[in-house]
Amino acid sequence: MTLHLTTEERAFLAGDHGEAVSLAMRILVSAAELLGAQALVRITSAHIDGCLHHGDGGVEFAEKLVATGGRVAVPTTLNVGALDLLHPDTVRADPSKLAMARRQMDAYVSIGAEPTFTCAPYQVGHQPAFGEQVAWGESNAIAFANSVLGARTERYGDFLDACCALAGRAPLHGLHIGQNRQATVVVDATNVPDALKDQDVFYPVLGSWLGLEVGREVSVIIGLPSTVSRDQLKALGASAASTGAVALFHVAGVTPEAPNLDAVVGETQSVDRIKLTADMVKGALKRLSTADTVERIDAVAVGSPHFSITEFEALLTLVRGRRMAVPFYACTARATLQELEVRGNDLLQLQEAGVEIIADTCVVVTPILRESGGVLMTNSGKFAHYAPSNTGYEVVYGSLEDCVESAVTGLVTRTEAIWSW
Amino acid sequence: MVEGRVLIPGNAEGRFLRLQAPISLWGGIDPVSGVVIDPRHPDYGVSIGGAVLAMPGAVGSSSSSAVMLELLREGNAPSAILMASADAILAIGILVSLELGYPTCPVLEVELSALDGTPQGTLLRVTSEGRVISP
Repeated sequence: MTLHLTTEERAFLAGDHGEAVSLAMRILVSAAELLGAQALVRITSAHIDGCLHHGDGGVEFAEKLVATGGRVAVPTTLNVGALDLLHPDTVRADPSKLAMARRQMDAYVSIGAEPTFTCAPYQVGHQPAFGEQVAWGESNAIAFANSVLGARTERYGDFLDACCALAGRAPLHGLHIGQNRQATVVVDATNVPDALKDQDVFYPVLGSWLGLEVGREVSVIIGLPSTVSRDQLKALGASAASTGAVALFHVAGVTPEAPNLDAVVGETQSVDRIKLTADMVKGALKRLSTADTVERIDAVAVGSPHFSITEFEALLTLVRGRRMAVPFYACTARATLQELEVRGNDLLQLQEAGVEIIADTCVVVTPILRESGGVLMTNSGKFAHYAPSNTGYEVVYGSLEDCVESAVTGLVTRTEAIWSW
Repeated sequence: MVEGRVLIPGNAEGRFLRLQAPISLWGGIDPVSGVVIDPRHPDYGVSIGGAVLAMPGAVGSSSSSAVMLELLREGNAPSAILMASADAILAIGILVSLELGYPTCPVLEVELSALDGTPQGTLLRVTSEGRVISP
């Protein structure tokens, strides 16, 4: 099995279009060979995860792309960086580290990527059409692009995402190929009470269970209401991509590739069938909290993935005229913040209630939370998964309503009744 | 002697270290020191620097490419990696390291059960042809 390159791609590799494209192609070709791809596929857009600072090697790579004349070949958005560029005092780190984090973000802007700095590019206008081939990084964005939009991407990580953007190509393998998008696991959620399936708080729990259960497999969920929202699907995918390597899930009757079950379950392929039970759901719910018995919380964080304008509307309804007793962070894209600013009064009311809005980054990827540590409450399955190892905070999971009620008093308040069935 | 498929070629030598569970380099390994920092991992506190590292399963987070690059720059990467199945994410970190003029780390895809009889800490040599031998 050998990789076939077109004449144009061989010219890219040879350096006919500059050193940056040649470098990108060298890495892309090696990766494609490693993955067993026989060709590259043209892409229509990219989302680069690589502008988050993990160390100075990442800065060096990005600046090498700039120095060698790199330009993205397709419309490209950027994931979060390690800084909130709109609120420079938000992140605590020594000045040299802050400077390097800034250089890394700037370098990717210099090669022509849009400074969106969000893990939810699909909320700020980057929405590939059904069936489009793209190369996206950031696990929740990958799951959303594949599952909710029906675009086609594999799981691209740091550096390879940028190489794909420069070359306008990706290795033709995995989920870029139609037959690999069929489900191998059917999850039956019919038994879950409708009252629970209507609640936002159910979806991160379902996702967390799904990721642990299916790992890398493509699943299809049946028995969810046709009214399931974009934000609920976003939360499901983000959570599943945290506990597992889920890059694509279908929801029968909801997501675009699965108008019905038969559309994503091949006739010849064997599938596992799992009926979702109360024990499975309660187990996943329990696992999302590491501090289930505490009474007090020290902070609340929402917005992983980044808060949508719809989620801000829901938050506003809950906090209007009230005052948070503990720090309350809402992480979002700068574009969404601008939308709020246009509404003027909405932003003011959020701020008056004590909601601190974080843009361009989030509280689990960079030092924002107070150093004292303690207990963090969240409605995000992704925050719940990563906060303990990344921030040192213990986590309590609850609904958005629970988060607000708890933040107002500083005491954990959770609605437990909906989980009884 | 064990033979594997060469993912990243190279000659290397080091002490055998078999991780007891899959690990995501991002959030799992300190990018500067090379020590396992995930408190839920069975090898918590162990350093992977300089080892011939056997990793069960594929590794998760896509930011692991970046952590691999940092380990190589800092001189605390494993001397070689033996994996049960090809993983592009780790390999990309090594390819970028080479492009930037930093060290490499050979990676082989091998049947890890073939190493079941090899005690932890055994000195092993990995060859560019994909062989793992006891020198």
